[in-house]
Amino acid sequence: MRMKLNYRIVIFALAIIFGIVFSAPSLLQTQDGKKITLGLDLQGGLHMLLGVKTEEAVKSRIKSIAASVKHFAEREDVLIDNLTFDESSVSFEVLDSDELPKVKEFLAEVEGSDVTGTGELLTLSLTPEEVIKTQKEAISQAIETIRNRLDQFGLTEPVVARQGDEKILVQLAGIKTQEEEQRARELISRAAKLELMAVDEDRAARVYNMSNADAAEYGDVILEDAKNPAIKYLVREIPILDGGMLTDASMGFDQNNRPLINFKLNAEGAEIFGDFTGKSVGKRLAVVLDGKVYSAPNINERIGGGSGQISGNYSVMEAKDLAIALRSGSLLAPIYLMEKRSVGPSLGADSIKASLVALIGGFVLVIIFMIVYYRMAGIIANIALIANLFILLAVMSLFGATLTLPGMAGIVLTVGMAVDANVIISERIRELIYEGKSMHKAIDDGYSNAMRAILDANITTLIASVVLYAYGTGAIKGFAITMSIGILASMLTAILGTHGIYQMLESKISKSKNNRFWFGIKG
Amino acid sequence: MEFFKYTRTFNFMGKSKIAMIFSIILVLASYALLATKGLNYGVDFAGGTIVQVKYDTTAPIDTMREKLKSNELFKGASITEFGSPDEVVIRMKSTTGSVTVDIGDVTREALKGSGKFEIRRVDIVGPTVGAELKEKGIMSLLLAMLGILIYVAFRFEWRFAVASIFALIHDISIALGAITLVGLDVNLDVLAALLTILGYSLNDTIIVFDRIREGVTESRNSELAETINESVTRTLARTTLTSLTTFFVVFTLFMFGGEIIHAFAFTLLVGVVVGTYSSIFVASPILLWFGFDVKGYHEKLAAKAKREAEKQRMRDQYESGVM
Repeated sequence: MRMKLNYRIVIFALAIIFGIVFSAPSLLQTQDGKKITLGLDLQGGLHMLLGVKTEEAVKSRIKSIAASVKHFAEREDVLIDNLTFDESSVSFEVLDSDELPKVKEFLAEVEGSDVTGTGELLTLSLTPEEVIKTQKEAISQAIETIRNRLDQFGLTEPVVARQGDEKILVQLAGIKTQEEEQRARELISRAAKLELMAVDEDRAARVYNMSNADAAEYGDVILEDAKNPAIKYLVREIPILDGGMLTDASMGFDQNNRPLINFKLNAEGAEIFGDFTGKSVGKRLAVVLDGKVYSAPNINERIGGGSGQISGNYSVMEAKDLAIALRSGSLLAPIYLMEKRSVGPSLGADSIKASLVALIGGFVLVIIFMIVYYRMAGIIANIALIANLFILLAVMSLFGATLTLPGMAGIVLTVGMAVDANVIISERIRELIYEGKSMHKAIDDGYSNAMRAILDANITTLIASVVLYAYGTGAIKGFAITMSIGILASMLTAILGTHGIYQMLESKISKSKNNRFWFGIKG
Repeated sequence: MEFFKYTRTFNFMGKSKIAMIFSIILVLASYALLATKGLNYGVDFAGGTIVQVKYDTTAPIDTMREKLKSNELFKGASITEFGSPDEVVIRMKSTTGSVTVDIGDVTREALKGSGKFEIRRVDIVGPTVGAELKEKGIMSLLLAMLGILIYVAFRFEWRFAVASIFALIHDISIALGAITLVGLDVNLDVLAALLTILGYSLNDTIIVFDRIREGVTESRNSELAETINESVTRTLARTTLTSLTTFFVVFTLFMFGGEIIHAFAFTLLVGVVVGTYSSIFVASPILLWFGFDVKGYHEKLAAKAKREAEKQRMRDQYESGVM
């Protein structure tokens, strides 16, 4: 007996080969080839949605404008007084009105600002557009900075992406321990804002008797020591320079072999630093990181070259992370947690196990049921079902799709629903056989009769899946993906594939009168 | 093997009044439950924190409660067993905004000394994100229904579309009622299950409607009720079979899929049963009551066929050069 080839069986065979070849890397976990990635809920990991306190970015922009005004005045020997700033403006008094044009010229160069003033009192404020721009930049900068930091952290493929207008999505797969998660979170959220500040030597002795308000009156702030919070420093509020002028930071060791951080400033920073140290011999310089004083050495001479050190009580790991943070730049604005989902690896493994049991259990039940109910037609439908699973996995592997726990449920559901097309077709065929048609004619008519219903039914399910994909988040998207691919694949396997098999077996079928063998009904 | 033989037509529409009363009672009961007991929104939608803790031995729930009293953050926290006596879930309304030390870390600290444990999952959903997810969730349900309505109206006729939407609302309402009854946490996975029910139940309804459409087109019988009865009977085997295979897999998911997938599987389980029932006893009778005009449909089809024939005639004439 000869089996007839036909275009349907050829396409089906190609689809199966495609399915097996491209699902192999995922199934066998080979080194090469595109694989399905496991979602955070299955392999364990950390998912965070972060917000950015953008108003802080505006504040720090103002602060740095104030610092540049101060530096300008010192460099040009312009006498100014009452330099103050609030949320969105800087104001100060120019003592010599002859200098006003020069000062105004300097202020005009500050981007996105308006200068108003009566007489010698000048106020520089940011325009509303500039405020919005600064806020937007803070978000982009935060994304960029967090990405840089995580790239150096040593995890595979960290995801850092903007979500919506002002949220940052961070996904870290493969975090194994609580300590590792903690480290990652500290690295991400660390402001890493380095400031070099002048100690106010005139009043430093009184620092323990001062309140914050007293200090503010003199344009000073009180900062704590990083190691010992009981030690306090009174420093000028406007820093000499900040981490924005940093070009490099790396971990090193001091003479006692304790870890410390070496940093280098850019040319502008080096110049400012040199000028300041030259003028301030005998005074102290506070190295301030994230609002804490790490050291406050005496300035013995002018320091050129623009490099320095931050020493503290670090472990090697902390020093390394801190160097990464400094190198990647500081966060312009602090970030805060909006959503967090963290799954331990053991829970992920349990979920994989449980969903595999459900998948295999459901699969076996459906396979057995189809054979008992439809005999040969059931076996053919089962071939289509197995092919469907391979194609589903292959397509997911090719796209590098993420398999989540709901995605697993989607596959399980696909198993139940993919046989639907074959049930519809088989029922139609049975009907036609009862009407007295030959098996051959019944098969052909059965397919064409069932076609419209299957299409309509699948398309509506697809509509629901697509909406789910568009509106779903995270793991739920995975469910929509597996459902959609499963539905599309089932159209190929259950309609085209099984039809091809019947056509191939046509000569056998036409000779046979055994309805029971082929379709499980009495002939 | 066969469950049903096409030897006689069942009189489904004759039973439709009873079925309708049954459905209305179920739907009303569901709404009553929703109104009184209310949906139990989980952290995804309400915002809040979930901490899943697994102990080496049976979880010392009383000790845990005692320890959690230490901090204001845990006010109103509930501790419930999760799947096995070793594992518990702590649910609380509060969230924290700090990235470095969050409420999960605080919980870990607070539980120190209550035994050997491992924190396996921490979900923190801030209030803004929760509200956003809720809004998106409702939008997605509405959009899916709208898309389906348009598609069915386009492929069938508006009365089919409206009838199928009624069936969908029926299914979703009862599923929500069942969720409320057993007090499941409504999270994103439950929403996904509801959307799947939409697709699944509609799938069933469409198969039946397709038969009705076919029956209406082919038979000269203008008695709609009879056509519906025949169509439903003829699709009964398919409806039952597909529901069975789907039920099999959802049931294994429910039994063996693990605690995390439990709510999802439960919702689907209810949906499969209700969806199958509604395609037979809700969608079809509504179609009947809407007074789908078989005669009118026949006339429309005839007119369409006539137009086609006329077009064909013109084309033939054109091609043979008569015009």
